[in-house]
Amino acid sequence: MNVDLWINDEKITKEIDGDAMLLDFLRDHGCLSVKRGCETSNCGLCTVIMDDKPVLSCSTLVARAAGKHIYTLEGLQAEAQAFGECLADQGAEQCGFCNPGLVLTVLAMVRELKHPSDAQINDYLSGNLCRCSGYMGQLRGIRDYLQKKGGEKK
Amino acid sequence: MRVVSQPVRKKDALELVTGQPVYTQDIAPPDCLVVKILRSPHAHALITSIDTGAAAELPGIACVLTYKDVPNQRFTLAGQTFPEPSPYDRLILDQHLRFVGDAVAIVAGENEKTVERALKRIKVSYEVLEPLLDFRTAKDNQVLIHPEANWRSLCEVGADNKRNLCASNEEKAGDVDAVIAGCDWVVEQTYHTRANQQVTMETFRTWTCWEPSGKLTCVTSTQIPFHVRRILSNALALPEAQIRVVKPRIGGGFGAKQTAVTEIYPALVTIKTGKPALLVYSRRESLIAASSRHENEITVRLGANKHGVIRGIDMYTLSNTGAYGEHGPTTVGLTGHKSLPLYGKVEAFRFRYDVVYTNVLSAGAYRGYGATQGTFALESAVNELAQKMKMDPVKLRELNMVREGAVMPAYYGEKLNSCALDRCLAKAQEMIGWENKYPRVELENGKVRSVGVAMAMQGSSIANVDTAAVRITVNDQGCYALEIGATDMGTGCDTILAQIAAECLNCSVEQISVSGVDTDVSPYDSGSYASSTTYLTGTVVIRTCETLIDKIRTNGARYMGCPVDDVIFDGAGVHRTDGSEAMRLAELVQAGADLSALESYCSPVSPPPFAVGMAEIEIDKETGVVELIDFVAVIDCGTPINTNLVRVQAEGGIAQGIGMALYENVVYSEQGRNMSNSLLQYKIPTRLDVGKIRVAFESSYEPTGPFGAKSIGEVVINTPAPAIANAVCNGVQVQVRELPITAEKIYNGTKQ
Amino acid sequence: MRTINQFVRVKTLEEAYQLNQKRANVVLGGFMWLKLGNRAIQTAIDLSGLGLDGIAETAEAFQIGSMCTLRELEKHEGLNACFQGAIRTAVSHIVGVQFRNGATVGGSVFGRYGFSDVLTCLLALDCEVELYTRGLVPLREFVQMKPDNDILVRLRINKDGRRIAYQSQRQAKTDFPVIAVAVARKDDRLFVSVGARPMKAALIEKTVCFSGLQPAEAEIEKLANWAKQQFGYGSNMRASGAYRQHLAGVYIRRGIQEVFTNER
Repeated sequence: MNVDLWINDEKITKEIDGDAMLLDFLRDHGCLSVKRGCETSNCGLCTVIMDDKPVLSCSTLVARAAGKHIYTLEGLQAEAQAFGECLADQGAEQCGFCNPGLVLTVLAMVRELKHPSDAQINDYLSGNLCRCSGYMGQLRGIRDYLQKKGGEKK
Repeated sequence: MRVVSQPVRKKDALELVTGQPVYTQDIAPPDCLVVKILRSPHAHALITSIDTGAAAELPGIACVLTYKDVPNQRFTLAGQTFPEPSPYDRLILDQHLRFVGDAVAIVAGENEKTVERALKRIKVSYEVLEPLLDFRTAKDNQVLIHPEANWRSLCEVGADNKRNLCASNEEKAGDVDAVIAGCDWVVEQTYHTRANQQVTMETFRTWTCWEPSGKLTCVTSTQIPFHVRRILSNALALPEAQIRVVKPRIGGGFGAKQTAVTEIYPALVTIKTGKPALLVYSRRESLIAASSRHENEITVRLGANKHGVIRGIDMYTLSNTGAYGEHGPTTVGLTGHKSLPLYGKVEAFRFRYDVVYTNVLSAGAYRGYGATQGTFALESAVNELAQKMKMDPVKLRELNMVREGAVMPAYYGEKLNSCALDRCLAKAQEMIGWENKYPRVELENGKVRSVGVAMAMQGSSIANVDTAAVRITVNDQGCYALEIGATDMGTGCDTILAQIAAECLNCSVEQISVSGVDTDVSPYDSGSYASSTTYLTGTVVIRTCETLIDKIRTNGARYMGCPVDDVIFDGAGVHRTDGSEAMRLAELVQAGADLSALESYCSPVSPPPFAVGMAEIEIDKETGVVELIDFVAVIDCGTPINTNLVRVQAEGGIAQGIGMALYENVVYSEQGRNMSNSLLQYKIPTRLDVGKIRVAFESSYEPTGPFGAKSIGEVVINTPAPAIANAVCNGVQVQVRELPITAEKIYNGTKQ
Repeated sequence: MRTINQFVRVKTLEEAYQLNQKRANVVLGGFMWLKLGNRAIQTAIDLSGLGLDGIAETAEAFQIGSMCTLRELEKHEGLNACFQGAIRTAVSHIVGVQFRNGATVGGSVFGRYGFSDVLTCLLALDCEVELYTRGLVPLREFVQMKPDNDILVRLRINKDGRRIAYQSQRQAKTDFPVIAVAVARKDDRLFVSVGARPMKAALIEKTVCFSGLQPAEAEIEKLANWAKQQFGYGSNMRASGAYRQHLAGVYIRRGIQEVFTNER
């Protein structure tokens, strides 16, 4: 079947199988930042932004993404760098494999939540696993980023 | 110090946070054959017939390989230096299958769907054998995991495949039976830890190809590129000179990738087909068929006098190495060597162990490497002693802990030159508020809050075994190329080593570029394991800088026409003492000076880092549910080279330790199938599960370490499980001796 | 991985229903659970074009489309204000925000999964499922039915002034529950739903007669003890049946306490 969708503001038209998954589709179109970490929708590494919401690209059929706007880290480099520097200043980006999913979820979070508390941040990001950092450094980086963007609640 | 002990940003930070394609799969050639593995459904079986015709004839399939297509010489997949203690007990594909998930056939084809279809078409008949699933019955069991004639043990580790023994040994000093018999207090208990999984976010993957020069190139997510080269050589009967291993950015290691889990399969496909091949393990394969921590059952018997001085410790470790012996003979030693020396007044000790084969997943290396399991057992036993004596477990440790300057008979006879364990314990107490919280505070709502403690040690590289080499070259811009063989798995060792070099060379970290690891060009390094990179490779960096500075000064003297003693190296270049002449580094190089130095080193000692962990928990007495309120750790890693990175290492290791303590379990069915085969079942902590982790440092100064540094990579995982177990006991008088500590175990314990 | 031969975004419910009569065809929810199966899907039936993704609130009820995501359920102010935030509590443990942005109410309910927090919670409410051919069926009846080829169109939760409390216990915070308990009260009628037993949620109802406005602890304890024994429990990787039964008793008691106290 034929689908049209937007990847980082670029319109893509492609012939796909009924079971084509968005994760592989994105990687095949050069969005190598999108990672796979599991087969059971648990890890959050494959998170992309679709219609302004963070979704798991490993569980999203390309057919379902037809007509939608999808953003990966490749299309949000400036924001990624801005938040990423806050993480980097903590040393919290360790192996980096969970980073793209985390960054996108954080970028989605700051649009959805105003002045989140630590608990709200952790709840929002509960679906983003990390094995290296122990999560504390990521929270410090996020707090830092929220403060730099202006107006975060203590 | 200018650069050392600063929170320098990691050199690869920006490329990682912006999602650049730097990992193994990202840089694989687009025309790689997809490689997948057919796996045994039985825990113990022989292949009686295997018919690959229908699979091989599918269009798009490049090859289907079985045990008939591989060399019949056994090897080990363990990444270790000479002499390899792990038995040579593996074939690439074997007719004898030893665990559910063991490789039966390799299929390579054009795309995933085709290869999946081909896998289903392979017809295999198995003779199902009786599986040996309980490691407690493995030694001298009638069922033999490795009866084959060509099984080999290269070193004397007490291995005997006719007894299912991968290793066995006894060490002692003094007469522990007599000493314990004369003690006023005796504790004897058995503790059980699980085959925890590292769960690197990037699973195992490798791609291979032939280079036009006739070399087999292997690009792989590994911690041990040089060992992989040798392992491939052994497995494929190909000379090492014909193999090149490249390590790109990798998504986590933790010891999982200290075993060559995936490399042999695409390598064999490339050899058979001539084509590039890529194998990416699924999460499921990474959980059932990679390399976990060794399941251990450790019996500790210890005796103390009436004041609480621990006089004798007798430890027996039974270690389950699973179907193959990787890291079996080596991890077990640490259960004793990296726990017993914590107690400095012990007059006699005995440490015995057996490592047994069983028909479950082959265990391997995981952060802590035996110390974690041994620490859980010993610290729990010490805490049980405190409980029995009604003594504060902190005071018990103050009384007994090893002190700086001591000689440690249970630690290879090494002298402890740097130890801030006492200050770590004091600081941890203060941070958590131990005095007001020990043992427990009953809350009004039927809950209780309590605290628990544990201490731990590790090593810094493997003495007389781990070797690192470093080359530093000045380029014509006056900047430095730092070439290492150590493998950064995300920890930031590239940055740390650059910081050390920058400190020595009086320049900025930005002026030092750090190479990737390519066995064709990188200086040798045993690999990133055993907490060796900062301590050992860091020491080599300093030595290389010293040699380089000598060369710079010598060359400066030559070009400036003066004696070497008159030449000062100032970071930017050289100048004469009286300032009359100077040459910048760039000028020296452009003038033709060869400014490059290579040094290598192997340390005769392995100075232990130390940690104290304290946990505060809240227990719901009605249900047994434990809420983690606070976890405090104070660490002595000597001088911290990068203050950000040591902190994140500690927080990360503690989170893994919390997972081991509370959530991570490996459950097998009665037929030996690993049911903890996805992240749906095997639960690593999410950010909601770790509570609050607070880390501080009390630094000793290690004279043999770079700028006084020791290691930090592994010690950080060792305290959470025993500290949390202690907190549970202090809260509700239930000592959980088998991990993970679940609400049900606590509740059942309170019912007894 | 699940293979799909054909993907059809249907234009009408009738089209969906006709397609769904073939056994090899499947209606898609969020695809999270379906993805894990082994059997090939001939035609995947996608209801995304039918406008079933919202929550409509009237004075009498909430109408929740079967394609409404768990995240929408979680965030709906009216729904959570009406039911003491229980629905939010029930779904907020489920993996993460991204997962809940994909998982659908229809998928969660139609599957009648043992581990389902959603099912356990809804069962204690006055909830009906609207099936394409059968029409409105009370959820407590639907839960007993074997999955068939009908189409789940929407859920209806009636606003009957019920007070509800949702409790669950799990090992890691976003793991499957070890037990899930929803306790609801309408005047003197008590509804107790226990799920993750590990079997799927089941419901009991009882008219309760407490001795006063604020029931005594002993009365509540007795009631909870009785209630927990009305359910069956089993053992699996996560817990034993005996422990589950004990927990059911504890959480039923706490739930009863919550819904029978006057302060909020």
